[in-house]
Amino acid sequence: MMSASLATVSYIGAIILFILSLGGLSNPESSRRGNLYGMIGMTIAVLATVFGPRVTMAGLPWIIGAMVVGGSIGLYAARKVQMTQMPELVALMHSMVGLAAMLVGFANYIDPMAALNLSGAEKAIHEVEVYLGILIGAVTLAGSLIAFGKLSGKIGGKPLLLPGRHFMNLAGLLVVIAFGWQFMHSDSISSGMTALTVMTVISLLFGIHMVMAIGGADMPVVVSMLNSYSGWAAAATGFMLNNDLLIVVGALVGSSGAILSYIMCRAMNRNFISVIAGGFGGGKPVKKAEGDAQPAGEVVSISAVETAELL
Amino acid sequence: MRIGIPAETHAGEKRVATVPEIVEKLIKQGFNVAVESGAGDGANFSDEAYRTAGAEIVNDKAALWAESDIVFKVTVPTSSEVNLMRVGITLIGFIWPAQNPELMQQLAAKKATVLAIDALPRQLSRAQKMDALTSQAGVAGYRAVIEAANVFGRFFNGQITAAGKVPPAKVFIAGAGVAGLAAIGTAAGLGAVVRANDTRAEVADQVKSLGGEFVKVEYEEEGGGGGGYAKVMSEGFLQAQREMYAKQAREVDIIITTALIPGRPAPMLITAEMVKSMRPGSVIVDMAAERGGNCELTEAGKAVVKHGVTIVGYTDLNSRLARQSSTLYATNLFRLTEELCKTKDGVINVNMEDDAIRGLTVIKDGEITWPAPAIKMPPPKPAVAAKPALAAHGSSGAPASAGKTAAFFAVAALLFLLIGAYAPPAFLGHFTVFVLACFVGYMVVWNVTPALHTPLMSVTNAISSIIAIGALVQVSPPMMLDMTRPDDWIRALAVAGIALTAVNMFGGFAVTRRMLAMFRK
Repeated sequence: MMSASLATVSYIGAIILFILSLGGLSNPESSRRGNLYGMIGMTIAVLATVFGPRVTMAGLPWIIGAMVVGGSIGLYAARKVQMTQMPELVALMHSMVGLAAMLVGFANYIDPMAALNLSGAEKAIHEVEVYLGILIGAVTLAGSLIAFGKLSGKIGGKPLLLPGRHFMNLAGLLVVIAFGWQFMHSDSISSGMTALTVMTVISLLFGIHMVMAIGGADMPVVVSMLNSYSGWAAAATGFMLNNDLLIVVGALVGSSGAILSYIMCRAMNRNFISVIAGGFGGGKPVKKAEGDAQPAGEVVSISAVETAELL
Repeated sequence: MRIGIPAETHAGEKRVATVPEIVEKLIKQGFNVAVESGAGDGANFSDEAYRTAGAEIVNDKAALWAESDIVFKVTVPTSSEVNLMRVGITLIGFIWPAQNPELMQQLAAKKATVLAIDALPRQLSRAQKMDALTSQAGVAGYRAVIEAANVFGRFFNGQITAAGKVPPAKVFIAGAGVAGLAAIGTAAGLGAVVRANDTRAEVADQVKSLGGEFVKVEYEEEGGGGGGYAKVMSEGFLQAQREMYAKQAREVDIIITTALIPGRPAPMLITAEMVKSMRPGSVIVDMAAERGGNCELTEAGKAVVKHGVTIVGYTDLNSRLARQSSTLYATNLFRLTEELCKTKDGVINVNMEDDAIRGLTVIKDGEITWPAPAIKMPPPKPAVAAKPALAAHGSSGAPASAGKTAAFFAVAALLFLLIGAYAPPAFLGHFTVFVLACFVGYMVVWNVTPALHTPLMSVTNAISSIIAIGALVQVSPPMMLDMTRPDDWIRALAVAGIALTAVNMFGGFAVTRRMLAMFRK
């Protein structure tokens, strides 16, 4: 077993490796090493947690079992998937992070130990964290599943624009806030659970609705955006559990995902706001205009032989 | 149909209208190609090379003109060449119909169809591949810098050597059209400090992107004359411009002038006074020499030394790089031929419905069709003002306006004040880490190469499975004795969470690895 300090030091090491990993991935030459850093960082983080002071040996069989099952499914999927299906797989895997964030949030809420010794502002903050973590997790889960469906062609690529969708979103938001207030003032876990469940359902619907309103061509940006959400979910979980590693890595993933989606939008000449806001921003006229515009360039026909000569 | 390539007859002209490489392509389009013996000598293309490419070599100039259905020329045809033409010929080359009205009459009398490559509607994007003015101007711009370097007595690039420090040459380029931009790129490539000016303010970005510095004239007037050409400016502007040129003349070592306005004599930019004010050993290359010159002391076709300044007024810059000029010109004409012969059966069709072809055609079957009616272009889209980058958490790419920045900081300050007033210290510790990490994430990712977007997304996805830690600590935390805890529920949720994130963790890194393996050379 490791001491608390040793676990913290390992966490710092893991954080450095994650930063190097993201940095390495911005350049083709260092990208492979970047991925390796990420793997090492993750290994260190998991080992430091498992052998750290917050996990007893009684849980070890469970952990190993879950890891082996999940890991082998993941590796199998990664090996089998076709290159063209990569974005779909990434989207599908996001949904798992979202679901995991939800589960962790629920588990934390029903655990009486988590909120022990907390009172006043601390308790309120803790509850907001739980609430937010589950909310973001649910949106990520539902959104990623829809993005996966759109990318794999299981759901039509056309943006679904329901009438009055702005009001539906607004109403959803108000209901979520109302139940959040009720949740914070609930006196027992079971009464708080009702509010939590209703909120989860609304968040799921919101996630579905949000991504359904975005066209198939913008899906890569959406996947990147959801990626960022899953980071924020991890950060919220970190606050909830008082775990700095989760906070830092969640914030890293969250902010880098947001920036990446912004960069991708710029690379595709799309307006960032109209893509993420999807159907509910000024997105509709923008999409229309782009559909009408003819490609300005012209194709110069070239034979296979000429191509070879050019090369 | 038979394409004839006569040798150019202008004194000092070394270019040729097609090159062996293009001959092959023309034959593939179904044409026969005949080349006058020695046509490619000036550009170092031997008769043998043309013959190998499939062309027929014709020794007699008259026979070549008489037997060709289509003739490719570079320079404006002379009247003796017009006399050699057969009736109903198609001629493609530089014509300059505005400057050569007599020639137009002679050609019309021959019932010729004439495509003037200089009359190409350059504003059509699909015309760019046929734009010989651009390709030739680019070559000339390059050569102008080489000529300047040739007579300039110093290095272009600054150096620090054991023998002392050498400052970089300062080059000023007047006119940032195609030739000017090519000159900027070449001079900057040689290591000189490059400045440039143009009456069209919109070229400033192009100048910068090639490594030059844009020198503004301190006077408000827009100088775009439509179709990417410059126009004549007002007197007030010209006064301000002269002051700017006088200042540059005192400072720089080399001036390259490229200023031309369509259909007019070249504007006088560099006066004798300015030449006198330049340092001895300085160089002026006047690319507008043929049309009167941008410099008062230019002598067309010659390099002269006046007041210690070498003034190069060569009018044959393209012939001084004949092989390159010819190759690009031949490619332009080939692209035009492709447009004329879409069926690839060796028969051209001058389709007057086609905007680009209509613009080029100055005489159609003996009838003068120049000037062509103006092309209706879609109105240019209003320039969209760069929106302040609204990426998450105020991390903006472009500097936002002062007002917005102030508002943003005000909101942020208020938010921080609220947090500081109510949040417990333990939370603040985490919050510090959180904010810093957000910025690190932003900094780290900001310069990502576009090709790596998807792998980066995939690796951030894999890293987001760090949420497993949250599940791990819930499986079996050390128990406090007096607590009751719904153990089975929590464990079930946590174990499910671990399994899900494990899929993502292992799968995510493995997928990224596979993607990156594709980048390996």
